[in-house]
Amino acid sequence: MTESRGEKIFYRFNYVFLTLLMIIVLFPVLYVLSASFSSPDAVVSGRVILFPVEPTLDAYKAVFREPTIWLGYANTLFYTVAGTLVSMVLTICGAYSLSKRRLKGRKAINLMISFTLVFNAGIIPIYMNFRSLDMLDTRSAIIFGFAISTFNVIILRTFFQSVPEELEEAARIDGASEATILLRIMLPLSKAALATVTLFYAVGRWNGYFWAMVLLRSEDKVPLQVLLNRLVVQMKPSDSMMVTDSSYLIAETVIYATIVVAVLPMMLFYPFIQKYFVHGVMIGSIKG
Amino acid sequence: MKLRIKESQNGLPALTVKTGGLGKTLRRDWFLYAILVPFVLWYILFAFKPMYGLQIAFKDYSVFQGIADSPWAGFSHFETFLQSDYFLRVLKNTLLISLYSLLFAFPAPILLALLLNDVKNAMFKKMVQTITYLPHFISVVVVCGIVTNLLAPGNGIVNLLLEQLGLEKIYFLAVPEYFRTIFVSMSIWQEMGFSAIIYIAALAGINTDLYEAAVVDGANKWKRMLNVTLPGILPTIMIMLILKIGSLLEVGYEAIILLYQPATYETADVINSYVYREGILNGRYDMATAVGLFNSVVGLLLIVISNRLSKKYTGNGLW
Repeated sequence: MTESRGEKIFYRFNYVFLTLLMIIVLFPVLYVLSASFSSPDAVVSGRVILFPVEPTLDAYKAVFREPTIWLGYANTLFYTVAGTLVSMVLTICGAYSLSKRRLKGRKAINLMISFTLVFNAGIIPIYMNFRSLDMLDTRSAIIFGFAISTFNVIILRTFFQSVPEELEEAARIDGASEATILLRIMLPLSKAALATVTLFYAVGRWNGYFWAMVLLRSEDKVPLQVLLNRLVVQMKPSDSMMVTDSSYLIAETVIYATIVVAVLPMMLFYPFIQKYFVHGVMIGSIKG
Repeated sequence: MKLRIKESQNGLPALTVKTGGLGKTLRRDWFLYAILVPFVLWYILFAFKPMYGLQIAFKDYSVFQGIADSPWAGFSHFETFLQSDYFLRVLKNTLLISLYSLLFAFPAPILLALLLNDVKNAMFKKMVQTITYLPHFISVVVVCGIVTNLLAPGNGIVNLLLEQLGLEKIYFLAVPEYFRTIFVSMSIWQEMGFSAIIYIAALAGINTDLYEAAVVDGANKWKRMLNVTLPGILPTIMIMLILKIGSLLEVGYEAIILLYQPATYETADVINSYVYREGILNGRYDMATAVGLFNSVVGLLLIVISNRLSKKYTGNGLW
């Protein structure tokens, strides 16, 4: 196919535009990273634009000295690991059963879960439900209360349905029980979909903020995101971070270092799973 | 293309022969039912049981009497809300922010997918994708934190740059006129790349024969885009549009709660942020539930209506 002059211009424009787009997306991230490694003075006087100026690790030292950050990190790690585990077990249970066309009553259950996609009780009734279950200010409210995302159930159900039924039949003839078929055949075959759904749950858990803020009262249960809101958005560094005399200046870079520390695990994690989730989103949401 | 919200009818037929009664089914599939129990229990406990609490929208709720025993109040909370000054303000803000999102944030990923589709260098394409997906994995708190700090009145980078250009510093987040622009730009920045995935997938599914036929017919790039590419991804666009319209009133209230301040309530306060303040912060559960219910019901109506319209005019729908 030969390209006309107009097409050539278009292709060139396309590259330029997409490059600009990448710069716009990356700039805030790079700025935060550079600011966290720069001297507070350089940040405040506007000398940091893209690269660190007067590099120093002071901000990170201040962050890691802060006990509440460590506690928040530990809590978030716990909510992420335990929560994702509970989410995956429940989601697999539902998605696997509902993927079986022979199952009686599956239409009704599918209808029921689909309804939750278009209608939910709302913030206040959900909050009151936790209160009536006596789950306010408990870790289990965070872990169990938000365990299932219907969208993820649909992704996994669709994937399970696409596994040829002959495989299952063959295993059954060989004497495998339903549990064996699920654990030894379906799950290993569904790695891509499982990786996708796990990533979605884990990201949601790691980043979860609103309900943790609403439901949790005690300081020792609060996840990192709630602390971040206090430190970064409302810009109220805790007292122990303000000990030095040039305290406010330090606080500036500490905010950026806190952001980096909070975002880093996800940033390191996601490029490895990227190929799975792109594939996973496609199989889960689109069927030709 | 069909979004699998609803069960498709064209799957493989079940291999098992039709069996008799419920007892036999239970005996055969006991394992499937057993693992279904915790799943269904979860939905009952955490998705449907809260709906029971919706009744307090019609009651004068008292903590001491509980949900069941509080006296009925009819539609009085709805009337109070509809007559209050807040109603018009939050409705207007909700609709305007939704409208701007629909106009700017909805087409952005489609545009990105279309442009990416024409990139021939696989490495470059991969790089654009990886980088534009990235912000999706940053939490809303951090994104709002970055926005707050970059736009800070004293030494945020944006104001420092303005100062160096000899312009006046602006406290962006305290100016009501800027709030919607900031909010919508922020959502585009965060979600454009990730939302493009679904369109990229749809584009990959278009039969390449169609393009070749179009070239033979003498169609130029623009014509091919209008007559082959767009019709090819139209079903996906329609589905995403219906979903978007259904969540029109849900506008990212988490981000709004993080970003707004009393100075910008005038343009930033949406239905759900109002529900949060009235209910959770001020403890007016019954009133806030009524407002939230209003929100959910209008949202449900929007999705039903847009689905019907889409089915009528394009033949695509969620159900």
